[in-house]
Amino acid sequence: MKDYLLLFRGGLDFSTATPEQLQQAMMKWRNWIAELTKDARYNGGNRLENNGTVIKGVKKQIFDGPHTESKEIVGGYISIKAGDKQEAIEIAKGCPIFNYDGIVEVREVAKM
Amino acid sequence: MTALLRSEKLQKCNLLLSSKNIHELTDHLFRHESGKMVSVLSRLLGLQNMETAQDIVQDTLLQAMNTWGFNGIPDNPSAWLYRVAKNKAIDFLRRRKKFKEISPQYAYLVESEYSLTPTVHNLFLENEIQDSQLRMMFACCHPSIPEESQIAMALKTLCGLGVNEIARAFLTNDETISKRIYRAREKIRAENIELDVPGHTDLQGRLDAVLKSLYLLFNEGYNSSHPEWLIRDDLCEEAMRLCLLLTQHPLTGYPRSKALFSLMCFQSSRLNARLDDKGNIVLLKYQDRTRWHLPLIQKGFDYLDAAAEPFEVSTYHFEAAIASLHAAAPSFEQTDWKSIYHLYEMLFQAQPNPVIAMNKAIASAYAISKQKALEELKEIKGLEQHHLYYASIGEMYFELQEKENARTYFEKAFRLTNSQTEKQLLLEKISLC
Repeated sequence: MKDYLLLFRGGLDFSTATPEQLQQAMMKWRNWIAELTKDARYNGGNRLENNGTVIKGVKKQIFDGPHTESKEIVGGYISIKAGDKQEAIEIAKGCPIFNYDGIVEVREVAKM
Repeated sequence: MTALLRSEKLQKCNLLLSSKNIHELTDHLFRHESGKMVSVLSRLLGLQNMETAQDIVQDTLLQAMNTWGFNGIPDNPSAWLYRVAKNKAIDFLRRRKKFKEISPQYAYLVESEYSLTPTVHNLFLENEIQDSQLRMMFACCHPSIPEESQIAMALKTLCGLGVNEIARAFLTNDETISKRIYRAREKIRAENIELDVPGHTDLQGRLDAVLKSLYLLFNEGYNSSHPEWLIRDDLCEEAMRLCLLLTQHPLTGYPRSKALFSLMCFQSSRLNARLDDKGNIVLLKYQDRTRWHLPLIQKGFDYLDAAAEPFEVSTYHFEAAIASLHAAAPSFEQTDWKSIYHLYEMLFQAQPNPVIAMNKAIASAYAISKQKALEELKEIKGLEQHHLYYASIGEMYFELQEKENARTYFEKAFRLTNSQTEKQLLLEKISLC
């Protein structure tokens, strides 16, 4: 088993979502993660706030950021276990973010 | 399949009406809790600061989403939400330097760190939450706000629906609903409406305005031609939830509130049988009565009994009594039409309007004679654009074997309705003439 990081971008716009939409989205995530946990695939994860700080270069310059389209900001991540890349992709396909026009990036965690 | 889903949903709705949402996430929990929390926080911060209250609630739901989505749902989701909302409200109040805009009755309490936390905590006690919802209902249904704005405002603040959801329910666009809500807010500002319970002298009049608004909301769900039954059921359910709250509160639990709730129970007991598997409307005459939802009928009778004392008579009493006679009848033919006709006569006296006159006339067809019904129908003015009016006249001619006249009226009705189901029904009638 290898570890993969799934990075989530875009999806439901939380600032304008109605309570009903939030509950439905939450339940979908909850069910997906419960499923992964049951199959012993889920290592952990979190949602990220949109506002952050970017620190750049040798001078360690500080910027408000990330300065990208809100659709391209990483909004959350989870870490999963999968046999190979193909299996990780199959797992990622079950992510509820696709119901909300979002993006999942699958990245293998490099072996030390 | 659809029928099964609907009856499950109704049972859930019934459960929601009878018990608290503990230990599992009920349907619409976010929506309902959002309505409660907005009411409580608006009472604390002042109705003029309702947008701040709504922001705090939205943040609270987002936090729930982030936490519950990844870590699972807590044992008592509502208590979890209240705890987070309380903390956010306390943080917000601490960060503010001045409390002038806050409700005057709480301003001095939140200025001191000693009383800040207990004040906020007390407002989230069960009976205080109900009290806040009640105040919000009186504010949304303030007589100076136009009725359509009252309903939109109530759905937004008390029921936690979004503008887009309200627009969808009313088959209109977001802009129209935003305007209605804007008008309500303008009135609240201009009239300086606060979240008060009306004084004794005003109470009955103000309660009547609230009941009327809930009655209209329920009918919007019950009578609309909306293609999605889920949305129609939702409107009925929201109206019932708020009406139940009125019946339970000592200040508003008047017999007329109970009569309205009883009426809603009887009507919604038939929601299931009102549509066939294709979503077409089935008239009372042709409904499969075994599909009526018995627990809701029972609840209707319970509340009608409760509405009998202390003595008062409202139009809701008459309507609920009529609905109860339908509910009690084993078949359309074995209905107590004489009593129904008599009740319609009293209802018409209390509220003379052409739709009630039409229903009275239809009842007279079975209570007295088709000829009498025809005479009554023809006297009615003001339903010239109403397809059901012409369909009813056509029906009476049809029963009297005057097929040519029947055909003329069925055709008039056919031209006036937009509903495919009704067009279909009328075509069948016309073919028999």
